[in-house]
Amino acid sequence: MTPARARLNEILVTLPSAGWLAVLFVVPALIVVAISFKPTDPLGGAGAGWTLDTLKSLGNPNYPAILWRTLWLSITTTALCILLATPVGYCLARLEKKWRQMVLLLVVVPFWTSFLIRIFAWKMLLHPEGIIKQALAGLGIVSPETPLLYNQWAVLLVMVYTFLPFAILPVYAAAEKFDFRLIEAARDLGARRFQAFCRVFLPGIRRGLFTALLIVFIPALGSYVIPDIVGGPGAEMLGNKIAQRVFVDRNLPHACALSLLLILAVLLPLTAVLALQGAREKARPIIEEGA
Amino acid sequence: MNAPDFLEFKNVSRHFGSIRAVDQVSLSIRKGEFFSLLGPSGCGKTTLLRILAGFERPDTGCVILSGQDITQLPPNRRKVNTIFQSYALFPHLTVRDNIAFGLRIEKRPQREIDHEVERMLELIQMKAEAGKFPDTISGGQKQRVAIARALIKKPQVLLLDEPLAALDLKLRQRMLIELDLIHDEVGITFLYVTHDQGEAMSLSDRIAVMNSGIIEQVGTPAEIYEAPRSSFVAAFIGDTNFFEGRVAELIGNEYSRLVIDGFPDVTVFNDKQLAVNNLIYLSVRPEKFHISRERQEKSPRHNVVPGRVEEVIYQGSLTRYWVRVQEYRIAVTQQHSRFLLDEKPITWDENVWVSWHADDGFMLERYSQSDEQLVTLPE
Repeated sequence: MTPARARLNEILVTLPSAGWLAVLFVVPALIVVAISFKPTDPLGGAGAGWTLDTLKSLGNPNYPAILWRTLWLSITTTALCILLATPVGYCLARLEKKWRQMVLLLVVVPFWTSFLIRIFAWKMLLHPEGIIKQALAGLGIVSPETPLLYNQWAVLLVMVYTFLPFAILPVYAAAEKFDFRLIEAARDLGARRFQAFCRVFLPGIRRGLFTALLIVFIPALGSYVIPDIVGGPGAEMLGNKIAQRVFVDRNLPHACALSLLLILAVLLPLTAVLALQGAREKARPIIEEGA
Repeated sequence: MNAPDFLEFKNVSRHFGSIRAVDQVSLSIRKGEFFSLLGPSGCGKTTLLRILAGFERPDTGCVILSGQDITQLPPNRRKVNTIFQSYALFPHLTVRDNIAFGLRIEKRPQREIDHEVERMLELIQMKAEAGKFPDTISGGQKQRVAIARALIKKPQVLLLDEPLAALDLKLRQRMLIELDLIHDEVGITFLYVTHDQGEAMSLSDRIAVMNSGIIEQVGTPAEIYEAPRSSFVAAFIGDTNFFEGRVAELIGNEYSRLVIDGFPDVTVFNDKQLAVNNLIYLSVRPEKFHISRERQEKSPRHNVVPGRVEEVIYQGSLTRYWVRVQEYRIAVTQQHSRFLLDEKPITWDENVWVSWHADDGFMLERYSQSDEQLVTLPE
């Protein structure tokens, strides 16, 4: 095959996915960017002409606090999910095969119930009359006045609950491929259990951890249903504001501008991380099994 | 070689469910010795090694290393290091970092670590590959990194779990020599697990032959080859011929006369002091036979039986014959220095006389079940 012919083949093969990406991601993203520069139309939608007014309105003094809260909640959610998912993945991978399927099923079972219903269930549980609140108050762990619902902590709790399976699955997938004889080798060379875990197991499943990070962090940033249901006015996230601009205010350009803010907040750190990862992998040019 | 016992297994047992992987094993290993555990797969040799490394706890018994009972110690607190069959090099670390791993865990000063790692890289002659990752180096190189990674810890015992099994023949032979050199150089005790009798014979000071969880025999390679204590050892180490017989008469203190179906009387050295009427196997190794066209004088210490050559396999330095004697098909190997110049070589369908010295056969009691299966083994 001539190089030109090979190059043509390469293009033909990647064309469908490139097209898919263009139609479903690039173009919509560009539309969002474009609408951010449109004036507001009182009937909803975007008006004619171009303006910078919408972007200027992002200077609203409320937004930095909300953006900060959104980042804080997403980062903490991601960290907690990975922190919980890693030992779970480790144990799952070491479990006997027949039990593994069973436990994995248990991890996935919550998906059979509608997401909304599960969030409402949490609302019932955390409600002042709910089981958890009653039990904790009864045991004297929290005072009866302390609200469990409608604050950031409730949002964090339910976000961790919601995203945990998404972290467990990639971590488990990586842990399952991990060669546990390496742990024995580390122990043999003098490492304590925890040292072996940190120095050999964690680097061994780093791709799984990275996948878990992306899969949890990105949707967490955009979540608005959870803070809407279990969070109060003091627990609003950027997603709530966007939803409010679209559904309540019918102000599409403003919603798009906020989305642009979110995209920048996600894209910037993410590309940085990806570039870093890419640079490190380049130092080690080998074909790895997909994580 | 009468150094005091340095490493001891005392009545060690380990069961997995109903399987007795290691069954009441007692074993003493001397300091500086190259000691091999030899046996077929599933004989318990690897379990014994893992008990010493600390990856398995014995159900009963204890392990003593230089006077200290280490049975309950976790692997990281034992002064033994293992070379794993799969090497188990850390894929995310370079050759250099793999070797340095053990010292980093000990939090030794960086300068000392660098110095030691350089020394090891020199020993295994891999200075040029120090920056490479394990999956970019060859099998033999991985092997050497695994050795360096274990040796840098200066273990009291180095455990080697079938370390050459994953290498091809040429490389295996080279690593065999390298291992021997390294053992001479570092002077620490090696405990070598293998199913390959050739490796065990050529490297070891002493060998323990294991079979279904028990130790059949411990001895130098020569002792195990020349005087196997059981039919299992006889068949597992090298080739041998088994004949079923019965002790018919004791000749003095040292010899006895055997009755073997279809054979004239056979004389054999009676080192085990077996009494008359004991059922035995007579084992004679192929190279102990001599075959010729002319009948040799039957002396009191020489056995001679007539046979017919069924098969001849010329192998250069030696020739293998299969000779039919009654119901037995005897394997015979003959060395020859002047094959073409000598008399016309013995060939197919010739009638020959097979002879051997009484001291070259050995008797093994017929008792265990494994023996029954072994009679057919050399075929």
